[in-house]
Amino acid sequence: MTGVLLTGTAGTLFVVLAVLSLLMAIAVVAAKNPVHSALFLLASFLLVACIFFLMQAEFPGAVQMLVYAGGIMVLFLFVIMLVHQRTVKGTKSLQHQWDIALLLGLVFSLPFLYILWTEKFADVPEKANALRMAGGRVVGNTQAVAAVLYSDYLLPFEVASIFLLVAMIGAVVLGKRSTEKMD
Amino acid sequence: MNVTINHFLVVSFLLFAIGFFGVLVRRNFLTLLMSIELMLNAVNLNLIAFSRRLSDLTGQVFTVFVITIAAGEAAIGLALTISLFRQRKTLNVEEADVLKG
Repeated sequence: MTGVLLTGTAGTLFVVLAVLSLLMAIAVVAAKNPVHSALFLLASFLLVACIFFLMQAEFPGAVQMLVYAGGIMVLFLFVIMLVHQRTVKGTKSLQHQWDIALLLGLVFSLPFLYILWTEKFADVPEKANALRMAGGRVVGNTQAVAAVLYSDYLLPFEVASIFLLVAMIGAVVLGKRSTEKMD
Repeated sequence: MNVTINHFLVVSFLLFAIGFFGVLVRRNFLTLLMSIELMLNAVNLNLIAFSRRLSDLTGQVFTVFVITIAAGEAAIGLALTISLFRQRKTLNVEEADVLKG
């Protein structure tokens, strides 16, 4: 069948993973304690990485686990630890118009959901193992991504490394204590 | 069950919408940053799904770049959080509403 991405057990597994990851995402937004939010976000990232593995995207799945779960969440938890405040009982975690925002969001997303659910895309013939081939041979997803990344997308790769350098410098500068005395 | 691209689009839109709601509504600045990461994650899911559907590796390469940019942006955002906390002693975005230096 054209257009069907996953069948059978893999399809059911996708539905389970997707529902769980949406529940974790709702928990991120709804949790009062930021540490709980961070842990729910970590769970959501890992579930989405599992979905990547189902989609024959092993390299992005591994990168997602390493960078997001292993790097970004650790940074978040460190900063939560550094700026920890004693939460006073009764402080709300959501701004004061959240119920209107939720209602409007639900109403406005219904047309989007309808369009996304019923949209028919053109039938593109599916090439078997297309995501694992480099140079005509079946080599695995990492090597296939590397072959494309370092040939067709070399310039964005270099720009990304410069971006990381700039981000590092910016984070160091923003994190420095100011030298003037605080009253 | 058969999973088509439409399932992926709906899931990624819902993730994005939840993240968007979180950005607009949360008081704590750190949770706001986490919601931004949720939105980027939803975009990644969309890219990977289309990459599989079109049998093209471009989507996966784009995903790797999006993750890279998200890492850099999270680092800057967290440095901003620490800076905000040092200036105002609060992480409440409703209290940081003065554009004075």
